[in-house]
Amino acid sequence: MKFNHELVEKNIGLLGILTVIAISFGSLVEITPLLFQKDTTEPLEGQIPYTALQIEGRDIYVREGCYNCHSQMIRPLRAETERYGHYSVAGESVWDHPFQWGSKRTGPDLARVGGRYSDQWHEVHLIDPRAVVPQSNMPGFPWLAENKLSGELTGKKMDILRNLHPTHELYTDEEIAAAKDAVKDKTEMDALIAYLQSLGHALK
Amino acid sequence: MTDFWSIWIIVLSSVVIIGCIVLLHACSKNNTGVKEGESMGHSFDGIEELNNPLPKWWSYMFYITIVFSVIYLALYPGLGSFKGFLGWTSSNQSVRTLAESKQAVIDAQEEGRWVQYDQEVKHADEKFGPIFKAYADTPLEELVKNKEALKVGGRLFLQNCSMCHGSDARGSKGFPNLTDGAWLYGGELATIKTTIMNGRHGMMPPKGGLPIEDSELPGLAEYVVKLSGREHDAALAAQGQGSFMKGCFACHGMDGTGNKFMGAPNLTDNAWLYGGSRGAIQQSVKNGRSGVMPAWKDVLGEEKVHVISAYVYSLSNK
Repeated sequence: MKFNHELVEKNIGLLGILTVIAISFGSLVEITPLLFQKDTTEPLEGQIPYTALQIEGRDIYVREGCYNCHSQMIRPLRAETERYGHYSVAGESVWDHPFQWGSKRTGPDLARVGGRYSDQWHEVHLIDPRAVVPQSNMPGFPWLAENKLSGELTGKKMDILRNLHPTHELYTDEEIAAAKDAVKDKTEMDALIAYLQSLGHALK
Repeated sequence: MTDFWSIWIIVLSSVVIIGCIVLLHACSKNNTGVKEGESMGHSFDGIEELNNPLPKWWSYMFYITIVFSVIYLALYPGLGSFKGFLGWTSSNQSVRTLAESKQAVIDAQEEGRWVQYDQEVKHADEKFGPIFKAYADTPLEELVKNKEALKVGGRLFLQNCSMCHGSDARGSKGFPNLTDGAWLYGGELATIKTTIMNGRHGMMPPKGGLPIEDSELPGLAEYVVKLSGREHDAALAAQGQGSFMKGCFACHGMDGTGNKFMGAPNLTDNAWLYGGSRGAIQQSVKNGRSGVMPAWKDVLGEEKVHVISAYVYSLSNK
């Protein structure tokens, strides 16, 4: 058969199919195996699932776009581990949908911020960052302290997370039923702080 | 990685590399049936496609990338479970606990594997380790006289402590000023080190858990103002003393000088963690206060805490 690219050049459908095949090799080699590896699908030892309040806090973290300025990915470089602690490993992110690795650090990395500051510090700092760090250029988030959580969807969020990880039994039915009460009368500030304080303990 | 996925990666990678060679080879030959340099028989808007060969430089570059990929995959981990002849990895990514992480460093060293991150840390430890070791072996009383050590401590302070205590160490509301010589738990060198190592949790329950009415708060605040040696309304303060004697003295002392064992503030030194105005004092009494200093033992390690302790001490003991 005479080699002829006219066939591909004049058939957009075929061109599309062949393009997809050509570029899918990279994903098949680099992504697909990760979906079946213990390193990337199993949490670390002693990694505790998010509580009801922490799940709500995580959603506020996403809503306020914290990931735009804060990464949660400590790279294996000494300059980073000296400042932030042990480098991040894949298992630490298995319960994050989507993960909050981020791609830019205007502020510091938060992968192991849990326990590093007191709850009180976080509250003062989130309301007005310059009250404690005069050089900070982080915006304040004072409304978090005013907004109360409704808790309407907390149980549902936990249920979805549980269904995504059927082998881990993340939550019992009782915990999910009690979710609404667990976040009752809590503010978004309480939730966000609870989430921040939960970060990164598995390798500390 | 299981054998299946290892083979999957090896086969697909090989297919792609070999496929590239075959494709490039096929495209290097003239198999169009048209002579080189002649028209392919179509033109668009007056632009005619001629049967020109692939540029030589481009083809050679393509071959070079193929050779590079083969060398790369031989040296570095890339082909499934094959670790590469260099034994190189960037870090021990499969660790699942801190203990495993420490063990992985030792294992890699024994097996002579080249873990980039471990090497970097090792070099830094060789350089800085002896310095910190020497500091750690120096008693704090000596270390505070070492200008170089205080400089190092100052750097560590800026990086780890200044977020709460401020870069000038003067603190802010709720976060102690470390330069004023007023200490909740004591300002001796050993105490400072204990505080940094293990952290502190200061807690005053609302009204100290005592049967104090809201109406008593102005008097009580006035009495506290009196204790701190400021101008006050004597009659109101006398009322407040009655409230104070309901039990405040249990922590703050009969004379109001506090109790360093439990971190109960000295009320007579006119140093105020949460503000010294009458209003702020009333707030403190009414709602209680709670302050947490995190533990730094695990984050920084004792050697660095040792140096920071000397620096913090030096701030109020020039």
